[in-house]
Amino acid sequence: MKYSSQMVAKPYFIFALILLAGEIVFGLAMGTQYLFGDFLFPAIPFNVLRMVHTNLLIVLLLFGFMGATYYLIPEESERELWSPMLAKLTFWIFAAAGVATILGYLLVPYATLAESLANSFWPTMGREFLEQPTLTKVGIVVVVLSYILNVTMTVIKGRKTTISVILLTGLFGLAFFFLFAFYVPTNLSMDKFFWWFVVHLWVEGTWELILGALLAFVLIKTTGVDREHIDKWLYLIIAMTLISGLAGTGHHFFYIGTPGYWLWIGSIASAAEPIPFFLMILFAYNMAKNRRIQHDNKIALTWAKGTAVVGFLGAGVWGFLHTLAPVNFYTHGTQLTAAHGHLAFFGAYVMICFTMISYAMPILRGRPHGNGPKSQKVELASFWMMVLGMIGLTLALTVAGIMQIEMQRLPDAAHALGFMETQAAISKVYMVRLAFGVMVLLGLLTYFYSFFVKEEKVYA
Amino acid sequence: MTERITKNMARNIYFGGGLFAILVFTGLTFDTVKQIPKLSHDDKITESVALGKKVWENNNCVGCHTIMGEGAYYAPELGNSFQRLGGGDEAVFKTYLASWMAAQPLEAPGRRKMPQFHLTPEQVNNLADFLIWTSRVNNQEWPPNIKG
Repeated sequence: MKYSSQMVAKPYFIFALILLAGEIVFGLAMGTQYLFGDFLFPAIPFNVLRMVHTNLLIVLLLFGFMGATYYLIPEESERELWSPMLAKLTFWIFAAAGVATILGYLLVPYATLAESLANSFWPTMGREFLEQPTLTKVGIVVVVLSYILNVTMTVIKGRKTTISVILLTGLFGLAFFFLFAFYVPTNLSMDKFFWWFVVHLWVEGTWELILGALLAFVLIKTTGVDREHIDKWLYLIIAMTLISGLAGTGHHFFYIGTPGYWLWIGSIASAAEPIPFFLMILFAYNMAKNRRIQHDNKIALTWAKGTAVVGFLGAGVWGFLHTLAPVNFYTHGTQLTAAHGHLAFFGAYVMICFTMISYAMPILRGRPHGNGPKSQKVELASFWMMVLGMIGLTLALTVAGIMQIEMQRLPDAAHALGFMETQAAISKVYMVRLAFGVMVLLGLLTYFYSFFVKEEKVYA
Repeated sequence: MTERITKNMARNIYFGGGLFAILVFTGLTFDTVKQIPKLSHDDKITESVALGKKVWENNNCVGCHTIMGEGAYYAPELGNSFQRLGGGDEAVFKTYLASWMAAQPLEAPGRRKMPQFHLTPEQVNNLADFLIWTSRVNNQEWPPNIKG
């Protein structure tokens, strides 16, 4: 570790991992409720489980990004963080607000929560992924702004690199588009249209800039390839992200009461959305092939390649499967959407957090060459358990989606099965999904264990 | 392929392409915002429809159901529930919805459960009006059939 202020990243990483464990546990509970409707009911109904599951994901990724940034920015800027104190303070504020919100979801009926926190004063609750009370949303804005201020000041006062500037661009984008979470028009179509400004323009826009910057940083550190080369790739990736991803938002504007031209624009633009992810694969493998150094932290590079490949599969391939309007007409709102969502979030965003943590955590714990070989072996096993678990889970959901479309969507009204009958007919597939979910949890536990593996004294 | 592209060229593609994409998207956004009121029959949003949307949001209905295909996939699509469950008749739909909401959770072991939300008759009526309005939005004839 070159700068002592990089240390503030540590609690962010640890908390992100704890939240990930929570996310997976709630996911398993949902998978169980899919099969046994009485499980946990009425104590925790499905909508509450899902809200906790998805909100934990969002918050853990924000913690992961923040930790990654606080580690990366001093090294890129070649100076200490502008205010380590502020970074520590916002950690506790964000963690406390996050925990309080989750407890609120679990302990109080949602309608009561909305009423007691004066949601009617500025109603923003009750929309998918943006269920947080308005008060929590304001808290998120405060935390994110102080984080951006801290990073911006550090970058301004220090060396400016392509990586840090692109990362900062992504962060400003993240903050800007979150503001649409405060706009809830009465007209449902208008509401849905602008809701996607947060959701799509985060995950298929600004977050990809963050992803690209973090990936580039780890590749520089673990391969020693010169910046000229890395920067060029980074620019190409994010150029394709913006060119395909912005108009690509249109693939959400097919069937919600928006103009018909989106059927064409959304289909064509989003058909190009796999390109930046494919470039990331070429990027990671090319840099690994042309590496100038042999870094002892091999597992970090494995995660870097992994995030590129699984991100491409989940976001690129599984996204493309149902992005064309005539296909989406039948797939829209089926388990196929869930399949894509799971692998895309895991591959692109959870795995980039693992990449950063795998690279940075050993250094923060006083092991500049990475963890020892035994620990890396355990981590490699956890890598495969989680990756294969997620791919298995995604394949199961894909089969479920295809069956759902065949039974419920394709036949005419007289022959199509209803929603509940269709769900009953595919319950065996949900069993498979749940089993792979358990595998992911075991993988994460194995990952946790890798932190505590004792090494024989190899290097004195 | 990448050997022939320099860092400067890549940067120009990013700035040029990015700016172009932002301009196109912004332009389309303005046009869409102009067209949505007509496509969705904005003038038919009564006070009851607006209140019904609040009932929908405050009880997190989207945490289990989809509406126009968006939401969770645990429970049936409700964007076309007016046609599917009410046969397109407002009185029938409202009677159905009131008795359905009152009967939750159903005594059916193992079946996915819908919680009891303790809505007032007024709130159920608002919710019905909201769903009726939603079912009339011009959304390219989605879903493919009445089953949602």
